[in-house]
Amino acid sequence: MSTATVTETPSSTDRRDEKPLGGRFVAGAANYIDERTSISGLVKELGRKIFPDHWSFMLGEIALWSFVAVLLSGTFLTFFFQASMVETHYAGSFLPLRGVEMSAALDSTLRLSFDIRGGLLVRQIHHWAALVFVAGIGVHMLRVFFTGAFRKPRELNWVIGFILFILAMAEGFTGYSLPDDLLSGNGLRIIDGMVKGIPLIGTWTSFLLFGGEFPGTQIVGRLYTLHILLLPAILVALLAVHLMLMIVNKHTQFAGPGRTNSNVVGYPMMPVYMSKMGGFFFLTFGVIVLIASLFTINPIWNYGPYDPSPVSAGTQPDWYIGFADGALRLVPPHLEFVLWDRTWSFNILLPLGIIGIFIVLVLIYPFIEAWVTGDKREHHIAQRPRHAPTRTAIGVAGVIFYAVLWAAASSDIIATHFHLTMEGVIHTLQALLIVGPIVGYFIAKRIAIALQKKDREIALHGYESGRIVRLPGGEYIEVHQPVDAYERVKLVDYETNAPLVVRPNDAGRIPWHENFRASLSRWFFEDRLVPVTQSEVEAAEAHAHHTLEHIDEEENLELQGMHDRAGVPDAPHHPIDDGSRSETAVRSSNIIVPDDEPKKD
Amino acid sequence: MAHEEDALEHERASWKPSSGLAVTVDDPVQNPGLPPHRERITDKDPAAMKRAVRTVYTLFYLSLAGSIWAVAAYMLFPIESGQIVDIRHNNLFIGLGIALALLAIGIGAIHWSKAVMSDREFIEPRHATRGRDATREGAVEVFRAANEESGFGRRTAIRGSLIAALVASILPGITLFRGLAPESSPENPIAGDPVALLSHTMWKKGERLAHDPSGRPIRAADLTLGSAVHVIPASLADLSHHDGYLEEKAKAIVLLMRLLPEQLPAEHNKLEWSYDGIVAYSKVCTHVGCPVALYEQQTHHLLCPCHQSQFDVSRSAAVIFGPAARPLPQLPITVDDEGYLVAQSDFTEPVGPSFWERH
Repeated sequence: MSTATVTETPSSTDRRDEKPLGGRFVAGAANYIDERTSISGLVKELGRKIFPDHWSFMLGEIALWSFVAVLLSGTFLTFFFQASMVETHYAGSFLPLRGVEMSAALDSTLRLSFDIRGGLLVRQIHHWAALVFVAGIGVHMLRVFFTGAFRKPRELNWVIGFILFILAMAEGFTGYSLPDDLLSGNGLRIIDGMVKGIPLIGTWTSFLLFGGEFPGTQIVGRLYTLHILLLPAILVALLAVHLMLMIVNKHTQFAGPGRTNSNVVGYPMMPVYMSKMGGFFFLTFGVIVLIASLFTINPIWNYGPYDPSPVSAGTQPDWYIGFADGALRLVPPHLEFVLWDRTWSFNILLPLGIIGIFIVLVLIYPFIEAWVTGDKREHHIAQRPRHAPTRTAIGVAGVIFYAVLWAAASSDIIATHFHLTMEGVIHTLQALLIVGPIVGYFIAKRIAIALQKKDREIALHGYESGRIVRLPGGEYIEVHQPVDAYERVKLVDYETNAPLVVRPNDAGRIPWHENFRASLSRWFFEDRLVPVTQSEVEAAEAHAHHTLEHIDEEENLELQGMHDRAGVPDAPHHPIDDGSRSETAVRSSNIIVPDDEPKKD
Repeated sequence: MAHEEDALEHERASWKPSSGLAVTVDDPVQNPGLPPHRERITDKDPAAMKRAVRTVYTLFYLSLAGSIWAVAAYMLFPIESGQIVDIRHNNLFIGLGIALALLAIGIGAIHWSKAVMSDREFIEPRHATRGRDATREGAVEVFRAANEESGFGRRTAIRGSLIAALVASILPGITLFRGLAPESSPENPIAGDPVALLSHTMWKKGERLAHDPSGRPIRAADLTLGSAVHVIPASLADLSHHDGYLEEKAKAIVLLMRLLPEQLPAEHNKLEWSYDGIVAYSKVCTHVGCPVALYEQQTHHLLCPCHQSQFDVSRSAAVIFGPAARPLPQLPITVDDEGYLVAQSDFTEPVGPSFWERH
């Protein structure tokens, strides 16, 4: 903890006569609690803990606070919802559905929407907050991935965070299925069909899950138990571990002036982050309530009760399930056969397997990269994505893969909206699923390397300011604005990775896994830039200074020649500056590098 | 960035983590340290500070107003009429009040922290995450002593039997989950057999085809050329939800279409399953079980709206596009004495999505 932070806590010993901080009652209460919990240690330890500041560190907070909104609104809903599939006849106040036979689940959902004041609002808050929750986790994960914030010592927290993502999707799906309306019933029908396609255990898993044949009378009650008890309990427990590990590891920070791998620079928990984070909770919650009051979501009263027969075209699942639904749609026909008297449904297994592999790869990516680099040090500087081109490219490929699956979930909408053929859309997406990530990989990698080169150029030679200046000799030059040292540290990297050179071990052999690791490391690090060094910076500065002087000198000679020819050798070289001629090339604060001159010595 | 002065790498005598493939440059760009603190307008100008403070408490009062408005809206906009417009107003005005209350607190608090609170940055050193050497040794000693005193590592008989017992103790719990689905009983001999259940529907010889959902039987003569009718078994209407109405319906739904007799594949032995160009196919998709509800009259194609599998009715509902693998099962139909369409038998194969035991 910084030295400056200690002064904040009043030392009661030498100021005994003064009124205690916060008044007698607060002091008494604090004392009461501390004598029973020793909480003062926790406050002293965490109260002035330093957190670094960056807008992208706020993305995880969106997930956290929308989850709180989900919990609060969901608790309210449990007081009214009945997780039962017993048939009733709707007798609530929504006229079009009066007398319709439906399950108690849908009946109670309609009643809490239409017969409880504000009930619809809370239901919409719950649904919108759930969508924001999963999205918040998603963008937070992308931030962590692309900045390498999953590196040691944070690999385990990546795994926990990813499990939270899966749990959030499971929460979303179980919640979506609870109202027992037409759409959720069709969603369950799809799940049932997928489960049945799993070899060996599929038929019985579906049978046990639904308590008999689909749809049965059990599934809503069972999903409800998962939705409000089992999954939230695991979610809250893992969330607590996730946040505790964040405090233990301390938050990563971006490179910058004064910011190193062995410190944290930022603002203290109290009061700045307490106010900022607390305020952000209200902001997140407020935005969700605003959306919920303005936009209808999941109007179950338009869908009616579940019936296996009708279905409406163009219905969409909640956004986070889209990628799985899209995977089902992109499967080519006839991938199913009977072998050994059993049905092998590869039209189900293929998408399940691909999604499974994708999930596992994302889950274990930190360990793959750690194995390739062999780097066992702690990393607390969040990398800029351009400084790890291969990782960034892999991430982009993954994002495109996911995005194509996601878009495929709307293949019918795409076809109808853009007047395309269904088959054309599917075939295009099938091709994109394979070609897209590959193309995206190479483009992203090249862009990352190009950006590194640009930063290198800027760190050494400054920004192209866009100011074109004509020298007296007729020569045009562009003024380069140098970066100051505080800016420069944000641009440069400090180390790079070199591909592994394999060497025989003691037995004189090169084991296969070392060869594999070497080829992976070549893939990762073959294209790389050597980081800028201090001596390069100094050389560049000296060179710029030299150029500046040189131009100055030439200009003076030329001016002197003109003055001589005009017969006024004593005239000043610089016009008297009345303030209107600020666009002058030769200013000590500008480094001038003519563009046609080679920049390297 | 591994500077020489990196505290993380030097605070543990025994800890020299490998840098792997990382190549550190010899003279990295020097870090100039924290830039000089730049005062904000609120630090320099007391009037600006006063304005910022006023903004913050105005926002908090605004939040108060929002909360009061939300409570008022709860009372002012009743929904008891059941009119959708009243529900919409109730939703909108309570929501706007709460949103204002929350957003104003949020914006106020963040403005407070950014404009009013000190913006001086602090530096906190990091320490290696691993415990100090002495602590780690202490932890190892704890395990060593516990192992020594219990004999956990030494007494293999105890250890092995404990592990076996612990693993086995999970099994009863798993077994209990068989109760999630019903067992077969004398009244219902196939209730506990998912394969048998999936293999039968309520269609049987002489069962009339009826409109879905009215249950009105269909006369072959009433069916015009090119029409498609959603069909359920006539006796489904007699079932209540307690008798498995939805479960039976989920398997028995059928789509009935009338084509020209010559448009049906003549060589096919299933021709006798149709009646004068009228064919009946299961409406449950063979992919994952959505209702294949969209019929295109001109091309005789059936489209599943869930995953876009397409079936060609003029080719025995064979799959022509999409993820489905099998044709839709055909229901053999004929007419009875009164001219009503009836089933010749149940489906001759399980309907709906594939499952492991299907063959």
